[in-house]
Amino acid sequence: MDSEKIKELKRMAVHIREDVVRTSRDCSEGVHVGGSLSMAEILSVLFFEVANVDPKNPKWEERDRIVLSKGHGNVGFSAAMARRGFFDLQLLSRFDMLDAPLSMHVDKHRMPGVEISSGSLGHGLPISVGIALGGKLDKANWKVYCILGDGELMEGSVWEAAMSAPHYKLDNLTAIVDRNQFSLDGPTETIMALEPLDKKFTDFGWFVLEADGHSVEDLLKAFNTPTPTGKPKVILANTVKGKGVSFIENTTGSHFARFKPEQAEQALNDLEKVLAEIG
Amino acid sequence: MNTTTTSEYLGISSRDAFGKQLIALAKENPKIVALTADLASSTRLVEFGKEFPERMFNMGIAEQNMMGAAAGLALVGKIPFVCTFAAFASMRACEQARTDVAYNDLPVRICASHSGIGLAAGGSTHHSLEDLSIFRGMPGMTVLVPADSIQAASLVRAIIHLKGPSYLRLSRATEPTVYQEEKEFTIGKADVLKTGKDLTIMAVGGMVGYALKAIESLEKDGLSVGLMNVYSLKPLDRQAIANAARGSAAVLTVEEHNIVGGLGSAVAEVLAEEGISVKFKRHGILDHFTTSAPYEDLIHYYKLDAEGIAETARQFLK
Repeated sequence: MDSEKIKELKRMAVHIREDVVRTSRDCSEGVHVGGSLSMAEILSVLFFEVANVDPKNPKWEERDRIVLSKGHGNVGFSAAMARRGFFDLQLLSRFDMLDAPLSMHVDKHRMPGVEISSGSLGHGLPISVGIALGGKLDKANWKVYCILGDGELMEGSVWEAAMSAPHYKLDNLTAIVDRNQFSLDGPTETIMALEPLDKKFTDFGWFVLEADGHSVEDLLKAFNTPTPTGKPKVILANTVKGKGVSFIENTTGSHFARFKPEQAEQALNDLEKVLAEIG
Repeated sequence: MNTTTTSEYLGISSRDAFGKQLIALAKENPKIVALTADLASSTRLVEFGKEFPERMFNMGIAEQNMMGAAAGLALVGKIPFVCTFAAFASMRACEQARTDVAYNDLPVRICASHSGIGLAAGGSTHHSLEDLSIFRGMPGMTVLVPADSIQAASLVRAIIHLKGPSYLRLSRATEPTVYQEEKEFTIGKADVLKTGKDLTIMAVGGMVGYALKAIESLEKDGLSVGLMNVYSLKPLDRQAIANAARGSAAVLTVEEHNIVGGLGSAVAEVLAEEGISVKFKRHGILDHFTTSAPYEDLIHYYKLDAEGIAETARQFLK
């Protein structure tokens, strides 16, 4: 891939972060900033390079299916979808308001172009398993991408699905874990230890890849690594909760926040510097 | 439908009728898929699995994943049937049914067997006395309870066409036959089997057949007793319920379910909202956990067989 495309994906991740920051400032109660900022590169790479989607024809049958299992990351997800052209970016300014299409969690009925509503954790992987089973039945070429939070891996339903995907040889399914190390109450390893996560997925029969979740190059490499036949792929993307906004990075408080105007300004300044560095 | 020969669905359990009818439909419709959680045999999917191995997904003992996967299959245009025990469909996979299926308005057909006290010897862990209440509370969910195997087959044919989610409550035990010949039943309607001035019994599932027998005994006492099969618990035939209540001195609901939240509650809501003042009683499991015994013994113990329903009606009308 040419370096300009790489730069474009990096810039897109920063733009997604800017959108998250602005929405956090303008919304009425707050948004899930931490987990949206941590998956900005994942969203950028997925929506702008890896996944085969068509915003002009969101129901296109041959599209790849993107499922946001960590539905509370909807502010970041919405920013990515808007920038990809699924809907007007201006909709973010009305985030969470009455009659607005975008809100805290993904709502299929109000939000154009999404596959499934989500918000309650541990639901996306089972649904993705079903989508992938359907794809296999139809011998379809499209793929399923399921973005999971690390905290939601504490839900038993995730492991029911994790057991079933290799059983049904769903090599058309890729799960991406936004491994930002935090759930709402604190560090995952304090709340309910997840490690060794790679071994858990390997033992369940998955093709496991680790990636720096903030490196576009690393993520692309992981997405592009062919899956052994019959195995679902999981990318454990090591990320930083609140990435890009220095005063909330790696903090429990970054999970949900409403930025004061001066905080938003500082955050946007931080991000502007990152943009300048990318060039 | 051919009404001159005996239907292959006559005189079997509703779960058996479900299994047979599903195969017949699946032969015509390649989009039909079935999922179970290690209960293929109990939910009568074994033959389906033999006939259509690639369209049968045994998800193992993992109901949440099964329900979520069914939602996923519906998303890509399949016609999924989710089959497990009613207790597990309604409670173990409750949130997946509500959020993945109902909230997303997906046409997943949840067909659950061993409802009520059907797995009688299994005791409370396997009794399903809350399922109607649970599914009735989910927006957009169609809730159907066939009275017998003929009606079960008809309702399986009917739910194929639904655009949204549905719950079909099936029985392990063979219900008393109510319908001798094949016929089509409309979702949203109730079936008035008899009218009666002294009392109208409104029943669901196997209780319809037992009530029919109870009425024979009550009629010998000189009572005029009507019977309504409220097989479509949601959407509910409010008009039929109101009409029957207005034409009768008393209404008794009978269900193999907790009297809280199921048929009795649904009928009470209609009577209250329609401003119908009528002597009214809910009969079923009286808001307690249940014990275990063979099915015939257990429905007798809880006064849900013909004798128990007749006795309950007599006490009520005293």
